[in-house]
Amino acid sequence: MEKRGAFTSWWLPIAFALPQFLLILLFFYWPAAAVIKWAFTLEPPFGGNAEFVGWQNFAQVFADPLYWNSVIVSLIFSLSAALFAILIGLVLALAVDRELPGSGFFRFIYILPFAIAGPAAGMAFRFILSPERGLMALVNQSYPDFWNPGKYGSHALILVIVIFIWKWAGYTFIFLLAGLQSVPRSLMEAAAIDGSSPLRRALDIQVPLLAPTLFFLLVTMMTEAFVGSDTFGIVRHTTDGGPNHGTEVMVYRIVDEAFHGLNYSGASAQSLVLIGLIMIFTFIQFRFVEKQVHYK
Amino acid sequence: MIQRTPVSNAVTYLIMILGFVLLIGPLLVVLLGATQNVQQINMIPFRFVPQDQLFHNLQAAWRRANLGSAMLNSFIMASLVTVGKVALSALTAYAIVFFRTPLKHFLFWSVFITLMLPLEVRVVPTYAVAADLFSPINTLIELVTGTRLSIEWNLLNSFAGLTLPLIATATGTFLYRQFFLTLPEELAEAARIDGAGPIRFFFDMVLPLSRTNMLALTTIMFVYGWNQYLWPLLMVTDASYKTTMMSLISLLPADNGTPDWNVTLAGSLIIVLPPLLVVGTLQRWFVRGLVSHDK
Repeated sequence: MEKRGAFTSWWLPIAFALPQFLLILLFFYWPAAAVIKWAFTLEPPFGGNAEFVGWQNFAQVFADPLYWNSVIVSLIFSLSAALFAILIGLVLALAVDRELPGSGFFRFIYILPFAIAGPAAGMAFRFILSPERGLMALVNQSYPDFWNPGKYGSHALILVIVIFIWKWAGYTFIFLLAGLQSVPRSLMEAAAIDGSSPLRRALDIQVPLLAPTLFFLLVTMMTEAFVGSDTFGIVRHTTDGGPNHGTEVMVYRIVDEAFHGLNYSGASAQSLVLIGLIMIFTFIQFRFVEKQVHYK
Repeated sequence: MIQRTPVSNAVTYLIMILGFVLLIGPLLVVLLGATQNVQQINMIPFRFVPQDQLFHNLQAAWRRANLGSAMLNSFIMASLVTVGKVALSALTAYAIVFFRTPLKHFLFWSVFITLMLPLEVRVVPTYAVAADLFSPINTLIELVTGTRLSIEWNLLNSFAGLTLPLIATATGTFLYRQFFLTLPEELAEAARIDGAGPIRFFFDMVLPLSRTNMLALTTIMFVYGWNQYLWPLLMVTDASYKTTMMSLISLLPADNGTPDWNVTLAGSLIIVLPPLLVVGTLQRWFVRGLVSHDK
């Protein structure tokens, strides 16, 4: 980026960047400043100017067991969603990378779920994995309540995680396949001549060489599961945070508290915590990307 | 590829078919369910047999959720968001890469930081800005001069409100930047020597060269725009601006009504079709956009 700079003009770069910069200022930075302001102030119930209250809003948020519930739900959701999406993507990428006849078709097919919006997927899965009809009803007939996301929070959480994995497995697949294709063929041939089986080669050569991609995907998927728009859409449309707060992830709780609870200060304090978390993720990702450049 | 044994080939095919069942199975259930009638769809176990009710269900869903207007709104919204993103991020990246300016780093980082501010965590104040677009300017003027202005411009229930807050894009800007950096430095030098200014160079050289990138970005951003959910939910109270994602909920069978999930599934099928078609037909570019922006 440094060596560039063919043109010198003081106003043209400003003019070029201005439209997007204005939108960012209006719809990103101004609201972000408002979030910070609200997090440290409290609107008096009967009107008047907001009052500075220091860390009081944070203290209140941290004292709420339902907040910690949402943290735990978010952690379970993101970790398991990220790990399984990556695992499925990895297995499929290893299979497709063997380039057997017909694998082009599968490569084409696996990314399709990624086109589908979280809420729409949620809606379809409400039928597909419903306790009364669809695919799980048969099991429930012999073992009543074996699967009932409307009643058990843990089942509901599994349901939203499954939807997320279903949508994002194709995404990790694309990246891992691209990673596999850059593994030197000669390395694989040498290992094959030495008599190692495809599974051996996958575990001892391909997966270790994929480590940077895997790590990158882990961070990306964790961020996506924590704050991505799919998370909110899926939860809102499938379980609505319930039953009994069982699927209330952090973003869902923030939006819900702001628009239904009208607790702007509490929601803003929670937002700030989440922004801090994303910053850590992004920082890790960037440190890693720098390493990846040297890796080759 | 390298070495094939019957066993390893069989296992490979088994894995790939299993992946097909897991990832495409749900889509097939939706498709098959949409062809059945109310009795058939509620059978236990689910029958994986297509019936002849597809057209009837599609019609019923279309009417129930007023999908005609919703599809049109979603299409307009997704197109505006896409065009806005593809155009504005190209301009910003051009400013960052091709000018010798001290603002370079400032612009780059101001775009970068937006990655850490997803809509969900700033939703209320963003809504407040959209409800009163000049409130930031009014507040700043009041702060500086002490006089209160009252210019008001409300973006609720308008396409401007649906799209403007979604147009700024860090991923798009970085995609262009990445590509611009691969253009040989001599290109701009040559253009300059031949007497082309920065504007001419942008329109005559850089944009035509970026065609592939623009196509890649267009595909991802159209899917992104079509699939927006939270923002339209807040922006729109007037039924005539409803988008497809908002119509989904009216497709659900009533709690104690007929469980006509066949109509629900048919409606979902209509709603997911446009992005599915984009990813299906333009997959090469979609994947290219995905893989190259996250670097």
